[in-house]
Amino acid sequence: MTTPLPTPGQTIGPFFGYALPYEGDADLVPPGRADAIRLHGWVYDGAGNQIPDALLEIWQADADGNVPQTEGSLHRDGWTFTGWGRAATDLNGHYSFSTVLPGSASEGQAPFFALTFFARGLLDKLHTRIYLPEHAANAGDPLLVSLSDDERATLVATADATGLRFDIHLQGDRETTFLTYS
Amino acid sequence: MPSTPSVRDVTAPTPKPVETQADLSAEIADLETRSAKAAAEGGDVPQPLLDYPPYRSSVLRHPTKDPRHADPETIELWAPCFGHSDVDPLEADLTIAGSGEPIGERITVSGRVTDGEGRPVRNQLVEVWQANSAGRYIHKHEQHPAPLDPNFTGVGRCITDSEGRYRFQTIKPGPYPWGNHLNAWRPAHIHFSLFGRAFTQRLITQMYFPSDPLFALDPIYQSITSQKDRDALVATYDHDLSVPEYSMGYRWDIVLTGPSRTWTEPEEGDL
Repeated sequence: MTTPLPTPGQTIGPFFGYALPYEGDADLVPPGRADAIRLHGWVYDGAGNQIPDALLEIWQADADGNVPQTEGSLHRDGWTFTGWGRAATDLNGHYSFSTVLPGSASEGQAPFFALTFFARGLLDKLHTRIYLPEHAANAGDPLLVSLSDDERATLVATADATGLRFDIHLQGDRETTFLTYS
Repeated sequence: MPSTPSVRDVTAPTPKPVETQADLSAEIADLETRSAKAAAEGGDVPQPLLDYPPYRSSVLRHPTKDPRHADPETIELWAPCFGHSDVDPLEADLTIAGSGEPIGERITVSGRVTDGEGRPVRNQLVEVWQANSAGRYIHKHEQHPAPLDPNFTGVGRCITDSEGRYRFQTIKPGPYPWGNHLNAWRPAHIHFSLFGRAFTQRLITQMYFPSDPLFALDPIYQSITSQKDRDALVATYDHDLSVPEYSMGYRWDIVLTGPSRTWTEPEEGDL
């Protein structure tokens, strides 16, 4: 048997807004809970304009570093941590998740949020990672150490009053480093 | 060429793009030739190309740097888990949203989701959205003055079964005009959102219908510059899926590639 041909991606287009977002999509934990943080940011195109029709999805370990394998992301009960969330950008190109900081999968491993990114005008998904600022394990992370200082800076969130901020630049001086896996 | 007022001019205050289909088709042909040459010389040509100027919105929205290679770590080798508490089986029928039957050609779309080794992606979420039979989406930014259908929202979901199969009952979407260039029309399509066995396999794409005359003209479809890869997005008419006196059947199988954790056979009782 021959290896099946991968199905190619296509743009998410302009009209996903009535289909993919749903109530509670971006709230992996209820906003305001004692251990909740906000993970948010702005998304920019190559002209520096915010992108109002992008969709971001995060997938993460829980605070103890365990991979959640619990259903319930589409009908959140407020108690179950499923590790997955979805946020569309608003008219200002802003997205916001309520979640918890991911723990390390094993000792010494740098925790991160896995991110997939979609937008009108973008012909296929993009993958990247959002690392935690000033985490001790970042210094030994195989991906981060393989990058230049400028590239590394695009993958590490910055701390702010409510949690973390992580902006995405599709092009330009601060172009986000995107990833491929093999 | 003299401009012919179209029905859209009645309500459209925005300037019309002046680029014609002939301009776009020349760019499409040029990029296909260059991609084929690069592939023949052993180059790695992404399918689709992200830097694909005939799709005008992609110009400022594609990364200019090549992606960096990462060895997937634990979280990336697993996929989020969805199940029957997330999706009602009725969500797979897009024809029951209203009190009456939606207008259009009733169809069944079904197929299998597998990974790159042909193994089923079981118990996983599939989401779809589409225009109605007149080519109109229910979306506040949709400008196309085709009729809305009160009995059709064009949104569905299902969970794949133990063999990776999905099945939707819907109506065939219509082609619709868009502003990429003068007289630009999208071939009829259904948007699909898929999760694999690992987060690396996440996919959003579009399923098309066989023999659409718009294929050659559409910069989104043609951003996949290799014919065999483009063909992978076109469903097949399947008479065995057609229901007598009721609906037409289309089959479309989906292959999600990307590294995942080691395959294990399902254990007894593992649904």
